[in-house]
Amino acid sequence: MKIDRRDFCKVVVAGAATALSGGVAEARPPKELPPGAVGILYDATLCIGCKACEVGCKEANDMPMDHTSCAEQAYGVSAVWDAPDDLNSRTMNKVKAYAQGTAEVKDRPHDGYSFIKRSCMHCVDPDCVSACPVSALTKDPVTGIVQYDPDACIGCRYCQLACPFNIPKFEFDKPFPKIVKCQMCAHIQAEGGIPACCDACPTGASLFGRVPDLLQEAHRRLAFKPGERQSYPIHNLDGGETRMAEVHGYHPKVYGETETGGTQYLMMAGVPLENLGMPALGSESRARLSETIQHGLYQGMMAPTLLLGGLVYAVYRNTAEDREDPPEAAAGKAQKAEEVRDE
Amino acid sequence: MSEVYRPVGGKLLTRQFYFLIVLSLIAAYFLGRRFIFGIGDVSNLSDGYPWGLWITYDVVTGTAIACGGYAMAVAVYVFNKGQFHPMVRAALLTSVFGYTLAGASIIVDVGRYWQLYNVFLPQHANLNSVMLEVALCVTLYTLVLWIEFSPAILEAMKANRALRMLRHILFFFIGVGILLPTMHQSSLGSLLIIAGHKVHPLWQSDIIPLLFLITAITMGYGMVVFESLYASVNLGRKLETDLLAKVAGVIPWLLITYLVLRIGDLVVTGDIAALAEPGRPQVLFALEMLLFGYAILSLLSRERRIHPTHLFWSALAVVLAGALYRFDAFLIAYNPGPGWHYFPAVGEMMITLGVISVEIMAYLFFVKKTPVLAAGH
Amino acid sequence: MREQAQSLVETDIGPHLSNQLEIHGVSRRSFLKFALSMTAAMGLPFGMMPEVLAALEQSQARPTVIWLHFQECTGCTESLLRATHPTVESLILDLISLDYSETLLAAAGHQAEQALADSIARNRGNFILVVEGSVPMRDGGIYCKVARKTPQEMLHEIAPQAAAVVAIGSCASWGGVQSAAPNPTEAVGIPVAFEREGITKSDGSPLPVITLPGCPASPYNLLSTVLYYLTLKRLPELDAKGRPLFAYGRLIHENCERRPHFDAGRFAEEFGDEGHRKGWCLYKLGCKGPETYANCPAIEFGDVGANTWPVGIGHPCFGCAEQGVGFHKALHDQADVKSVTPPAFFPQIFAEHPGGASLAGAAVAGAVGGGAAVYALNAGKKLKQAEAEAPAETDSESR
Repeated sequence: MKIDRRDFCKVVVAGAATALSGGVAEARPPKELPPGAVGILYDATLCIGCKACEVGCKEANDMPMDHTSCAEQAYGVSAVWDAPDDLNSRTMNKVKAYAQGTAEVKDRPHDGYSFIKRSCMHCVDPDCVSACPVSALTKDPVTGIVQYDPDACIGCRYCQLACPFNIPKFEFDKPFPKIVKCQMCAHIQAEGGIPACCDACPTGASLFGRVPDLLQEAHRRLAFKPGERQSYPIHNLDGGETRMAEVHGYHPKVYGETETGGTQYLMMAGVPLENLGMPALGSESRARLSETIQHGLYQGMMAPTLLLGGLVYAVYRNTAEDREDPPEAAAGKAQKAEEVRDE
Repeated sequence: MSEVYRPVGGKLLTRQFYFLIVLSLIAAYFLGRRFIFGIGDVSNLSDGYPWGLWITYDVVTGTAIACGGYAMAVAVYVFNKGQFHPMVRAALLTSVFGYTLAGASIIVDVGRYWQLYNVFLPQHANLNSVMLEVALCVTLYTLVLWIEFSPAILEAMKANRALRMLRHILFFFIGVGILLPTMHQSSLGSLLIIAGHKVHPLWQSDIIPLLFLITAITMGYGMVVFESLYASVNLGRKLETDLLAKVAGVIPWLLITYLVLRIGDLVVTGDIAALAEPGRPQVLFALEMLLFGYAILSLLSRERRIHPTHLFWSALAVVLAGALYRFDAFLIAYNPGPGWHYFPAVGEMMITLGVISVEIMAYLFFVKKTPVLAAGH
Repeated sequence: MREQAQSLVETDIGPHLSNQLEIHGVSRRSFLKFALSMTAAMGLPFGMMPEVLAALEQSQARPTVIWLHFQECTGCTESLLRATHPTVESLILDLISLDYSETLLAAAGHQAEQALADSIARNRGNFILVVEGSVPMRDGGIYCKVARKTPQEMLHEIAPQAAAVVAIGSCASWGGVQSAAPNPTEAVGIPVAFEREGITKSDGSPLPVITLPGCPASPYNLLSTVLYYLTLKRLPELDAKGRPLFAYGRLIHENCERRPHFDAGRFAEEFGDEGHRKGWCLYKLGCKGPETYANCPAIEFGDVGANTWPVGIGHPCFGCAEQGVGFHKALHDQADVKSVTPPAFFPQIFAEHPGGASLAGAAVAGAVGGGAAVYALNAGKKLKQAEAEAPAETDSESR
């Protein structure tokens, strides 16, 4: 296909203009923590794996039991208790175990073990919220809780693709499915309560509080020396309840402080968080990149409008003959003749 | 410039056609199960692989294959290559069905299909969502495609008045019909940007929209060539080798641009280092390069290009390369983490096969019964 | 009178334990039950029951036992003697020859000490030394003296001659209540005392010490240990702290009847609340079951029967048997949950999910791929034919 130089140059110029109009667009600024951001601090060194949080979660959110359990597969026991093997459409909160080598001592990476409680991270700049085409997932402007509205959702599952933590779950086994994810017991918080997992936790491993306070608490704990006995708040950071416990020693990291632009669910543990299945993420959310690129291209629909104008003009000029009637009539006649012959 | 189009005629209910009907009926059975028992009943889709064969083939690859209409419109109307005009309508036909069925399979794939209209409600719109743009563009473009294609139907219906009116406004829809695919074919690639680390670094890229757009155009041209050759073999049409060779001539240059951009981006970001470690993604990458390379080499020389057999195989390579690129990016080199697996289930594949069958049946019906293919010239 | 004599002859105590059952008012049936439960308590297979029975019935070689009391409260002896099934429990005293026990000895003063010396001389290297109570290491042990001798002196004198040592109770095992901070007498258990004092068998080989911690030690664990020895003629398997694995191999937490409540997250928050009344887990009230190794949930404690052991009656476990827990941690402090490895019903970090290729799926995919390939090849062939048939036409067109 030969393209004459003039036309080619025109297209190149148009393309460059479009691209440049995107290039000058500034990167979207990172999202800030909402003013009343609440969150959960999960401290794996305090977690005893009792799963009280799982039970509390299911009760508070009226979730059914899940029998697709590892125990069932391993021992052939069936439908005895609620023991899902992962987060799924019936489980929004799950305690998992990491074990290495002989797994003798808790909270050490070698020959040790650790628990990890997985649920929605309530990102400061959530990818799922950016991805959702119909605003079914929204971030509360005050509390920062990432909430789900089934009445808006179309079930496209783009949120599942977008979430770096694989958190949103979908009811693949239902004819009228929903997305299922932790909403930090927003309905209980609305009545002045705290999330069921934090309420149920006997050791303070799941601690509810305002995010800046939780971060401060996390850094206070990082300064503890292994073997010390320290006071740990339980249930609610502002609730005043505490317990004494021996410090097991921390991996020097508060996961979620910077990851993907920060999360409101913070984690700390005695072993590296990577071992506990938390992905190593940069400090910038993918949503920010995606929105920067997309809005760069479509800034105010300027580039597409310009392009459309150019295209319509080009097409108009190049279809001048088509709009003339005679050829059409001729074509019609020819066709008629054809049909007559057919008959 | 104006062509005379004629129905090909001939028997519609051939043996192949009955085979396609059987395939569609099997798909209908699985479709019934999907709507009664849920998506999980017929598919292997999971929380780790929320998008499987349906999205990757029916939507992402299917619409790219259906870019023939778009690609030909760019050539004819933007670059004023009137000589290709006879091929536009045939190309449009595949586009119409490709997009219509992509839209239809969205209803199958989407979990809460009865709320799909929320996409069009402004109060629900999330302008940050790449998905929203894709959804709106694909829907709009499907409508535009039917308008662009409607002369063929109107001619068959002999609705001359409507036809005459349409001719005067068609230019606008053609313009829109070029803009929309430019937007959403690139955005289909942008969909993956937010998936971040789940997409293998050899495919994850900031310029993925451009890469998807270029390959979509090449797949469109490839499909036009492939289809024309198919029609000449199976519908007893004359070979249009010369014209096809000209159309195919643009493909290698587009592909070279694509490869330069893609590999250049990998080098600039340093992700090219991922090639050093052996693994399945690296093999797939090599396979893609092989297909692209074969297509470029065999289409670059005019001597080879005018041979229908060469043209056939290289057009197939172009389409396959683009399809593999999409499958890799969305599915095969997509890794949500350890423990997750995906291979399409039988029901899933049967539904996709059914969609393809319906597409081919509709193509055959329209080609044989309506004036789509240009009369010999 | 004659009749009486007759009956006395009839009930004359034979050499075997089985002959004595009637005199103790023990029916054959309850004796069998006892033997069976002891077999289970020792962790022996059910098939070992006849051997245990034989050991109980036939044993003639009654091992000589010398029972020493150091810093303690005699609670362990009392719990042994005052078990609620005295007829059965007292049998144990018939299984052994208790030559010296400060609590039970009829003799006193020099007479008693003479009996001790005689017994040691008679059974050199063959007797079992049972020690109750801790050893005060401070000031040479002057805080505890029997017959003017400190525990150290007594151990140096007696222990090397013993075949084995049983440290009964937490005091003898690891120091017990006397070792609680500030531990004014620097009380230690027998294993540590032996180590610090360098006490071995007289021939220099290490002296085996079986520890049976508990406050008091469960009498059944002593019975089981002795029976084990009589049945199998060897000492039971011990853990690193000298505890018989059959009794101390598992955490209280592992066999606790309230464990399902722990797993389900149902905790009593305070004494008398709804959860407490419903019998929920006592972890939050400071139960030390999750860090204490003992068989209390299996055989219960205190021997009152009917689910009476501390946790059974609604009080958190105190951890009396566990060094560093009982008398060391505050009663209502939460326990550190110890388990060797995370239990198997915790999912791994990365759970395996279904969704891989099935045979049918692979077959369909293969068929589709194969079909498409065959079709494409066919089309290619046809095209070649068409090309061959009409080369002139193609050429003319291209011009």
